[in-house]
Amino acid sequence: MLSPLILGIAVLNGLLTGAVYALVALGLTLIYGVLHIINFAHGALLSAALFAAFFAHQKLGLDPYAAALLLAPAFFAVGYALQRFIIGPAARGDERNMLLVTLGLAVLIENALLYAFRADTRTVDLPYSFKTLDLGFVFLAVPRLISFAAVFAVALALWAIMALTDTGKAIRAVAREKLGAELAGIDVAHVYAMTFGLGTACVAIAACLLVPTYYVNPGAGNAFVLIAFTVVVLGGMGSVPGALIGGLIIGVVESLGGFLLGESLGQVSIFLIFIVVLLLRPRGLFGASA
Amino acid sequence: MKGPLLIAAVVAAFAAVPLFVHSNVVFNFLVVTLLIALAGQGWNIIGGYGGQYSFGHAAFFGTGAYVTAILQMRYGVNAWIGFVGGIAAGAAVGAIIGGLAFRAGLRSSYFALVTLAFAEVLRILASVAPITGAGVGILIKLDLRPQSFQFQSRAVFYLVILALVAASLAIAQTLERSRFGAWLIAVRENEDAAMALGVDATAVKLGAMVISAAVTAAAGCFYAQYFLFVDAGIAYGPWISIEALLTPIIGGAGTVFGPLVGALAVKALGEGAKLWTGDVPGLDLMIYGALLVIVVAFAPAGLVGTLANVRERAARRLRAPRKGRAEAARG
Amino acid sequence: MAEPLLSVERVSRRFGGLLALDAASLSAPAGRITALIGPNGAGKTTLFAVISGFLKPSAGRIRYGGEDVTGEPAHRLARRGIARTFQIVQPFGGISVRDNILVGAYLRHAARADAVGVAETVGREVGLGDLLDRPAHTLTVAGRKRLELARALATAPQLLLLDEVLAGLNPAEIRDIVPVIRALCARGIAVIMIEHVMQAVMSLSEHVFVLAEGRIIAEGSPAQVVADAGVVEAYLGRGAAARIGSTHAH
Repeated sequence: MLSPLILGIAVLNGLLTGAVYALVALGLTLIYGVLHIINFAHGALLSAALFAAFFAHQKLGLDPYAAALLLAPAFFAVGYALQRFIIGPAARGDERNMLLVTLGLAVLIENALLYAFRADTRTVDLPYSFKTLDLGFVFLAVPRLISFAAVFAVALALWAIMALTDTGKAIRAVAREKLGAELAGIDVAHVYAMTFGLGTACVAIAACLLVPTYYVNPGAGNAFVLIAFTVVVLGGMGSVPGALIGGLIIGVVESLGGFLLGESLGQVSIFLIFIVVLLLRPRGLFGASA
Repeated sequence: MKGPLLIAAVVAAFAAVPLFVHSNVVFNFLVVTLLIALAGQGWNIIGGYGGQYSFGHAAFFGTGAYVTAILQMRYGVNAWIGFVGGIAAGAAVGAIIGGLAFRAGLRSSYFALVTLAFAEVLRILASVAPITGAGVGILIKLDLRPQSFQFQSRAVFYLVILALVAASLAIAQTLERSRFGAWLIAVRENEDAAMALGVDATAVKLGAMVISAAVTAAAGCFYAQYFLFVDAGIAYGPWISIEALLTPIIGGAGTVFGPLVGALAVKALGEGAKLWTGDVPGLDLMIYGALLVIVVAFAPAGLVGTLANVRERAARRLRAPRKGRAEAARG
Repeated sequence: MAEPLLSVERVSRRFGGLLALDAASLSAPAGRITALIGPNGAGKTTLFAVISGFLKPSAGRIRYGGEDVTGEPAHRLARRGIARTFQIVQPFGGISVRDNILVGAYLRHAARADAVGVAETVGREVGLGDLLDRPAHTLTVAGRKRLELARALATAPQLLLLDEVLAGLNPAEIRDIVPVIRALCARGIAVIMIEHVMQAVMSLSEHVFVLAEGRIIAEGSPAQVVADAGVVEAYLGRGAAARIGSTHAH
């Protein structure tokens, strides 16, 4: 049964899933690259965004792809506020404190969602949720194809922001040399908050892309984000190409692993990769060496 | 009051509770609180004193719980021996995770990530492996006799967990006054400076990890004996990783009584919230999350630590009201 | 002549494409003060990091007390008797001054009572006797420098590496700490000091090594080295020696 065709389909599907992992990881790696913290609240924010997209559809009748235009700026603002007014001041620059604060926020947000909306899983059914594209040898789900394209569009947009705008240059300056940037007059707290906002906006867009085919409950984001951590570590902390390539690799590994070993062991194989990379080459494929 | 005397006094006060209290509800609350305090004291050894923040202490709690249950149910081992076996297994897992992580030089965020990953791997494996009962979990047979480490009266369970907590307090106290403890704290404060003073940082961190894992595993073993049911989500779930970390941070990381104080505060708050708004899932953890952020922002030394700082500052002001200029210049 | 306590033989250290140390050699005899000077970025702290075991050399050997200790880790070298202070002071901020020094004392004394005794004695020697109970983070820069020194001394070293211990001190503070350093040699400790404060280099050290761009470019008595044309050029640029008109060309 393990014909190259079947495996090929598993790989293709893995690439499609991997693209969305990459987008979530993109936000994470951006935040790490500039603030040098691992945002443990990333998963909870993804859950919140999933709920937001769900309610945008249910209450406002918004198609998730359209909702992205609304939610991306909204979550950008949320991320900005979180970093500027809570994480930054609470942590006062201490790395251990930042770990605790982002963890505390993660627990707070996820359980606020649980408290408000209970644990029932919801889904959004759209006319195109189950549409597929017939490529002859394989049927590929249309929403996932759209996600794949959208992720690269977002990555391109991020690149454009980083390379071409003043804000992007300021962000890159702070990432490279915080003290120097400060001395040059850059408002570091503002830059940090902008970066966190961008990372959160990525998460919001990812949520909108996921909603047609994924489920919505308070724990959904967390399941996703452990995989995103793996992608970031594999690709290299702070590396945007690393997040993209890492995401695709992990997507394929999960697909093949799940296919060959069953779903649970497929997941375990991802975490084992995670652990092995952390122990043997923490800077991943493209990251800067410690 | 000197350390050991203070521990004895506190333990005696707790031990007197069954003389005045007979409600099972209260005992249940106290048992769970002390259980979390024990798990937290384990975290405190590596996280509070050692400064290595583990986000996956569930790995040790769950191993203790599962091994105790498996030894009894699958191999017919006596419950008390199973208890010791669970602690040993937890310590071994601590040695493995610590050995791998510290030899790889992982610090801070990366260490938190790898411990998180290990706990998750164990959780997934436990949810599918036959020996742990896969998705169904393991039920320990009800046998309310002391030789099976089960007791008719909640009060006895309470005294047992109190004894375990007392032992953990003594361990922390001994650590604080010992050479190993001084080295561990030095590694926390500044690993490079510690190495320059002859401290084998990797060995010290590993030793602390093993002790930490053993203590948290003991909490897991007791959990199994008290609730008589273990599954993957209970054993290796994020809830215990979070509570084991939360109670020392809130109570005071790196202090002897921090985890106990933190557990009392956190659990009391949780119960209070439930009474006030009804038992809605998520409320207590919501409060814990907010509490963590607030404590880190405003009282990073935790309840016990902040109190100690305030007293120390007051004592200094009383001791030296006027500083000579020469003394001020010297440092 | 007896073998010097420390012998650094043609040590090189590479960081990717950058050669931070290029076949640098120096020696330090017991009971003497040796100075290591050179312009900023010369690699002096890197050399200290290699000697004290924080970095492995890419090439070369280090002999200490007659044994080859190349590549041994920092904590092992500390046990052998090599102690160092850091250019940017690194106190254990959250604990008391006494407890800071105690960590060093524990290296040679396992029992707490003995170690505390040693810590308090050393603390008084460097002038921190009145501040033993204070949290280390409340000390001034001068106090922290003394604490760095005290911690290192508590390990009963035979070789002490002082990395810019005088930096950031005002003249009065320098004047106060110099006799403490001098007293170390009387006890037979070999001292190597990285220093920019020239008055201290001239008055304290008996032998000076000059490091520039990773290479030892001169060595000798303080007076010899200061007059050396190559040394002047390393600090002030090419042609400076001629402009100043120094007497020894190299």
